[in-house]
Amino acid sequence: MSFAAKSRPTEPGAYNQPAPRGRSTRVRRQRVRAAWLFLTPMLIVLALVAGWPLLRTFWFSVTDATLNSMEGANFIGFENYLIHDAGGWYGLLADPEWWNAVWNTLYFTGVSVGLESVLGIIVALVLNAEFRGRTLVRAAILIPWAIPTIVSAKIWAWMLNDQFGILNHLFMTLGLIDAPLAWTADASLSMWAVIMVDVWKATPFVALLVLAALQMLPSDCYEAAKVDGISPLKVFFRVTLPLIMPALLVAIIFRALDALRVFDVIYVLTSNSSSTMTMSVYARQQLVEFQDVGYGSAASTLLFLIIALVSIAYLYLGRRQLGGDT
Amino acid sequence: MSIRLLKAVLMKIGFWALVALLVCYAVFPFYYAVITSLKPSSALFQIDYWINHVDLSNYAAVLSQSSFVQSIWNSILVAFCVVGISLTLGLTAAYALGRVRFRGRGAVLMIVLGVSMFPQVAVLSGLFEVIRTLNLYNTPWGLVLSYTIFTLPFTVWILTTFMRQLPGELEEAAIMDGATPWVTLVHVFMPLMWPAMATTGLLAFIAAWNEFLFALTFTLTDSQRTVPVGIALISGGSQYELPWGMIMAASVIVTVPLVVLVIIFQRRIVSGLTAGAVKG
Repeated sequence: MSFAAKSRPTEPGAYNQPAPRGRSTRVRRQRVRAAWLFLTPMLIVLALVAGWPLLRTFWFSVTDATLNSMEGANFIGFENYLIHDAGGWYGLLADPEWWNAVWNTLYFTGVSVGLESVLGIIVALVLNAEFRGRTLVRAAILIPWAIPTIVSAKIWAWMLNDQFGILNHLFMTLGLIDAPLAWTADASLSMWAVIMVDVWKATPFVALLVLAALQMLPSDCYEAAKVDGISPLKVFFRVTLPLIMPALLVAIIFRALDALRVFDVIYVLTSNSSSTMTMSVYARQQLVEFQDVGYGSAASTLLFLIIALVSIAYLYLGRRQLGGDT
Repeated sequence: MSIRLLKAVLMKIGFWALVALLVCYAVFPFYYAVITSLKPSSALFQIDYWINHVDLSNYAAVLSQSSFVQSIWNSILVAFCVVGISLTLGLTAAYALGRVRFRGRGAVLMIVLGVSMFPQVAVLSGLFEVIRTLNLYNTPWGLVLSYTIFTLPFTVWILTTFMRQLPGELEEAAIMDGATPWVTLVHVFMPLMWPAMATTGLLAFIAAWNEFLFALTFTLTDSQRTVPVGIALISGGSQYELPWGMIMAASVIVTVPLVVLVIIFQRRIVSGLTAGAVKG
């Protein structure tokens, strides 16, 4: 059933559709009308849960809305973002906490996506080799991906427990550390604890995408390299890596989009600690805990804009893959 | 020759060591959760690498909490409704996007792809307002509605990809017979789409089962929560004495169904993930 993996190149020409020739325009018009009718429910739902709420968030970000009076919000311009008042700058863009959250998010994204890519490639190369029990190993590798983020955060919180955690015990037995580390409480370690959990959970996703690409590679260039006696490492960097690059890039962008909006791992593992606070955690804290919908919406809007920039870059790169008649 | 043989053997050992290491890395945390959940509270703080105790008191404690049991039912209800709605809306949309050529198709695909990239927190305040206006705050239905924001885009995307691959002759015959698009969809395409629908349904189920941010924000009382929130909020006497045995038991209970699903349907899940991502 792996037809999906082989389905990548969908040229517009390969489009499976009844040829229009010899058919009256009435049927065609009926089909187009039906198409829009079929699309309408989905578009209505998306407008209700995505389009309209997003516009409202934009609107709230320029008001003084609070959680209890969202309807009666007053327009206050860009005061939530930046305001010069009584000799000082205030607002989101002048808030060191916000910039700390931005930096944390970027740091988290960069490090965890980087590690996931490297590890993901290694896992994919292993799974691409022919060996007994490969299906079983693949299933085992998939397990972290299926475990709910909250559960994996809790399991790791327990394993990273400063007094009774197995990781401290293991590291001390191996002689890597002298004293137990407070992984989630220590400000200099907690970001690494979060990254550790995210890498554990997300590597399978990267590995699967890379594996799908590996399995589509032509085998003849490998045979040629083998005959020529080129070292496997060289083959990997000169042949394999460039060929799987498109799939790897897709995986990286998907992971980066996920990492930029990360919330649940951090909320469960380190709650609102400022050393791991990301943009999503910051925005939710303002919105829900401080009930400052206006200010929180401003933070959400900025996060949205950052992610939109990344997405647009991706859509621009992947435009040709959309196929069909744009 | 013997050096070459030695090298081959060493390579083989190295390879299997790597496989073993990766499997340990992937499986150990969950395995450790299982060990912990089976310990009596007296043995909780001694570190074991093997199963030395089989004590079900943690499971009994968790399952005797009516709010946890209720949260399991809520999660099941929400996940199944989300899957049903996503597949129904996704299938009709996929027919339109995958089989009919019309102006604006590219734009609709772009919108769908764009929504799949939304950060959830960006719609949090707006969606909160929508849910409160519709009187769905603190109900599972509010969650069902809000979860479509992430399940619908990838359902539409993957089903469209699959729909495009079906041969055109099928539909041609149906059109010749004067079948309406609806009849064509239900009687010609749906029987062929079951594998793809199973795949996307599984992915939607897992996504809905695991969601946390909306569930945390749009529910208030214990009786309306879903399991991720329930587990995140299990607490002991103070922040420093969390009932780890119970937390691990609850974690195992909500994860085992997913792990079983993944092991049974791993081929489907893999094909769905790669179809969704390679195309999108």
